[in-house]
Amino acid sequence: MSVIILLITVSMIVAGSFLIAFIWSVKTGQYEDKYTPSVRILLDDTETEKNNKV
Amino acid sequence: MSKLNTKSGVICHYCGNDCRENFITIEDKYLCSDECKNEFEKSIPSISNTEPSCCCSSNNKTNTNIKEKDTHEKFNFLDDTEIQKKIVNQNGKYNGKNVTSVSLSIPGIHCTSCVGVLENIYKTNPGILSSKVEFLQKQIHIVYDSSVISLKGIVKVLSDAGYEAKIDLHRDDEVSGRSKSSQKDLYIKIGVAGFCLGNIMLLSFPEYFSGENLTDNTLKTFFNYLNILLALPVFFYCSSDYFKSAWSGIKQKVISIDIPISLGITALFVRSLYEIIFFNNAGYMDSMAGLVFFLLLGKLFQSKTYESLNFERDYRSYFPVSVTVIEDKIEKSIPVANLRPGDRILIRNNEIVPADSILFGRTSSVDYSFVSGESIPELKVAGEIIYAGGRHLGSSIELEVIRTVSQSHLTKLWNDPAFKKNNTSGFSELTDFVSKYFTIAVLAIAVAAALYWLPDVNKAVNVFTTVLIVACPCALALTTPFAFGNAQRIFGRNKFYLKNSSVVENLANVNSIVFDKTGTLTNSKDLTVTYNGVPLRAEELAQVKTLVRNSSHPLSKNIYDFIETDEYYEAEDFKESVGEGISCSINGNDLKIGSVRFIVKDPDCSYIGMKKEYTKNAISSNVFLSINDSVKGYFSFRNKYRNGIMKVIEELSGKYKLTLLSGDNNSEKENLTKYFNNESSLLFNQSPEEKLNYIKHLQSNGDRILMIGDGLNDAGALKQSNTGITISEDITNFSPSCDAIAEASEFSKFGKFMEFSRSTMNIIKISFAISFLYNVIGLYLAATGVFSPLVAAILMPINSISIVIFVTIATNFSAKLKKL
Repeated sequence: MSVIILLITVSMIVAGSFLIAFIWSVKTGQYEDKYTPSVRILLDDTETEKNNKV
Repeated sequence: MSKLNTKSGVICHYCGNDCRENFITIEDKYLCSDECKNEFEKSIPSISNTEPSCCCSSNNKTNTNIKEKDTHEKFNFLDDTEIQKKIVNQNGKYNGKNVTSVSLSIPGIHCTSCVGVLENIYKTNPGILSSKVEFLQKQIHIVYDSSVISLKGIVKVLSDAGYEAKIDLHRDDEVSGRSKSSQKDLYIKIGVAGFCLGNIMLLSFPEYFSGENLTDNTLKTFFNYLNILLALPVFFYCSSDYFKSAWSGIKQKVISIDIPISLGITALFVRSLYEIIFFNNAGYMDSMAGLVFFLLLGKLFQSKTYESLNFERDYRSYFPVSVTVIEDKIEKSIPVANLRPGDRILIRNNEIVPADSILFGRTSSVDYSFVSGESIPELKVAGEIIYAGGRHLGSSIELEVIRTVSQSHLTKLWNDPAFKKNNTSGFSELTDFVSKYFTIAVLAIAVAAALYWLPDVNKAVNVFTTVLIVACPCALALTTPFAFGNAQRIFGRNKFYLKNSSVVENLANVNSIVFDKTGTLTNSKDLTVTYNGVPLRAEELAQVKTLVRNSSHPLSKNIYDFIETDEYYEAEDFKESVGEGISCSINGNDLKIGSVRFIVKDPDCSYIGMKKEYTKNAISSNVFLSINDSVKGYFSFRNKYRNGIMKVIEELSGKYKLTLLSGDNNSEKENLTKYFNNESSLLFNQSPEEKLNYIKHLQSNGDRILMIGDGLNDAGALKQSNTGITISEDITNFSPSCDAIAEASEFSKFGKFMEFSRSTMNIIKISFAISFLYNVIGLYLAATGVFSPLVAAILMPINSISIVIFVTIATNFSAKLKKL
């Protein structure tokens, strides 16, 4: 049965790292502006590319 | 290019947004604004211009030089170091550069191409290091090198690009910053609580299924201690807010809902620790984590805010930050707060008069739409007093200040104590009322039950904690956030935006509604036009229509809509004198439309058949027409009532006491008496102070008032009333401080809004009744010792979840019934 203890410990570490990732994402402000990034990704990087668009 | 006027959902070819009333057509493509037109043109190789211009620059190019000079002088105050300190966020040295960051609010950001333009602005301006736009908040964060470019330079660059920054020194940065970080905190807390809850529940599964005796003792111990480990962050971190607010409640001797919540959480945690450590039993960490998780979710549900809307504005947000003072013929800008009576100030076109002043020299037409909702500009001549808050239209004028800003006609209102009251309560009044008795009752029962079993200490402790666990007022604490949060969301879908969710309760408690007239019942943009004078031939009408087509003045637009003809002529020599009138020549005829002074030099209008006593009134709000220097007549304008507004009033009149407070004269009295119950509830010629005092008077009779208004002159009444609602054509534009903002187009649903808020309250009461029933049964069984704490701990989360589901479904269902 001790393998369960090992498995649970490992799974807790994995889950804990996801929790830390979530906390990091909140702290760096990734949930603050949920709209502008969706616009930004669609904008062309340079002026020249912009002119090619029809 | 031609402007059409339809409301059918035309989609802009460039940005894909819905074009509102006005759009431009190029090559059969619809474009919603000049920016999009520019961007679109750039994208077509044949008309693209090579210089890297930005999308809104067309605004400036079409304007005259005067405007440009004006805007640049306007920002002179930004050179003041004191003012700079207030605006700039951070200042530091990095890589040998004086790196400074600043956040500016730019109301002009409105289509997605603006993001591209503003974020690429560093390419053409070496001093700007980077810029980042927050679209929904209409804000830009700029990092710049202050040794290369000044703050004023930044604002100028933005203004040249067509994005004028709105600088507001009184903006409550601290508050908004705090709410942002507390929102972050809440997210993290929910994340942690959810994580712990999930894992605790997984680890408790063996316990759920195998009953009291788990086969393997080492595993059981391992699971139990892991549960304690997982419960620690939930108890010490996630629920810390409840403990803090419960403690501060005890210190202030107020029993709030947080006290029984904290008691319940503590009882669960301590009891579980005791069970696990001393008996190696399972404990109830799962119930505790579940309770905290749902409580936090409820908090999130309730914390919905409309970030682009501002509910807390006072007059200072609208008034200019600084004003140009003329001293010994030298112009300098000083902060408006330093204005003294006797100062000579210079007001340029489109600027707001900051303090009551006397006009010198030129005439001015003053737009008071800001103040009263009246959209027709008033004509003022030399020697007349212009009240603070009016927007001056026309070429620059000189004024002498007669009262300081804080003592001005309008702004004195803000000295009223009504503006100092701060009514922010987290939970609703109903919850606080119920929880007060609830807490006392629960504590009394727990102590009594423990005393009853006392010789048997073990049993007494058992009963005491079980009572606290069972009674933990999850239903009380969860019902209101979920019900109000959901109601707020449903209102928001219907373009009725609440400042916070507790406004729902205030709306439901109202028994008397007070309306403002101008701008609230009437539509300030849509006017009824009537023409008086010599009848015009069809050809002349078409010529007039051609003339007004060239002007962007609101009255011109109304005349344009008023004349029904599709013929147009070539207009030559079109001239617009701001605040006076417009002229052009068509087929050799000279047409002039404008104020009486613009048309004739002699303001005595007797020759066009008007009575003398009527003349003064006619001069200020009527527009005269002359063809070849002979006066033909005048157009007069009257505010139109909003569509469906009378139906709303009829609907409400049976259920509420209705009152009308109008700043206008009583010319509409006859018309309105039909809809309002009796004449005594129609009050005209009310000053802002009188409006406020009338609300106070009604409140002293025990009425709970809902005030619906729009302008700054209603600000006092809105603030004093129990609930203040502002009506706005464009919600992001202007609104005085209030509890809710309603978009004018949806106002016909107002009767339904009121009904819905009341049915939400009923839903809350029903769910209170359900949880009360549960508590009575649970407490009885717990106090008599029949219940094991384990059963109590299982029942509690079930109760919480069922309450959440019931409340959400019931509010959605009731909204659907009312077709909201």
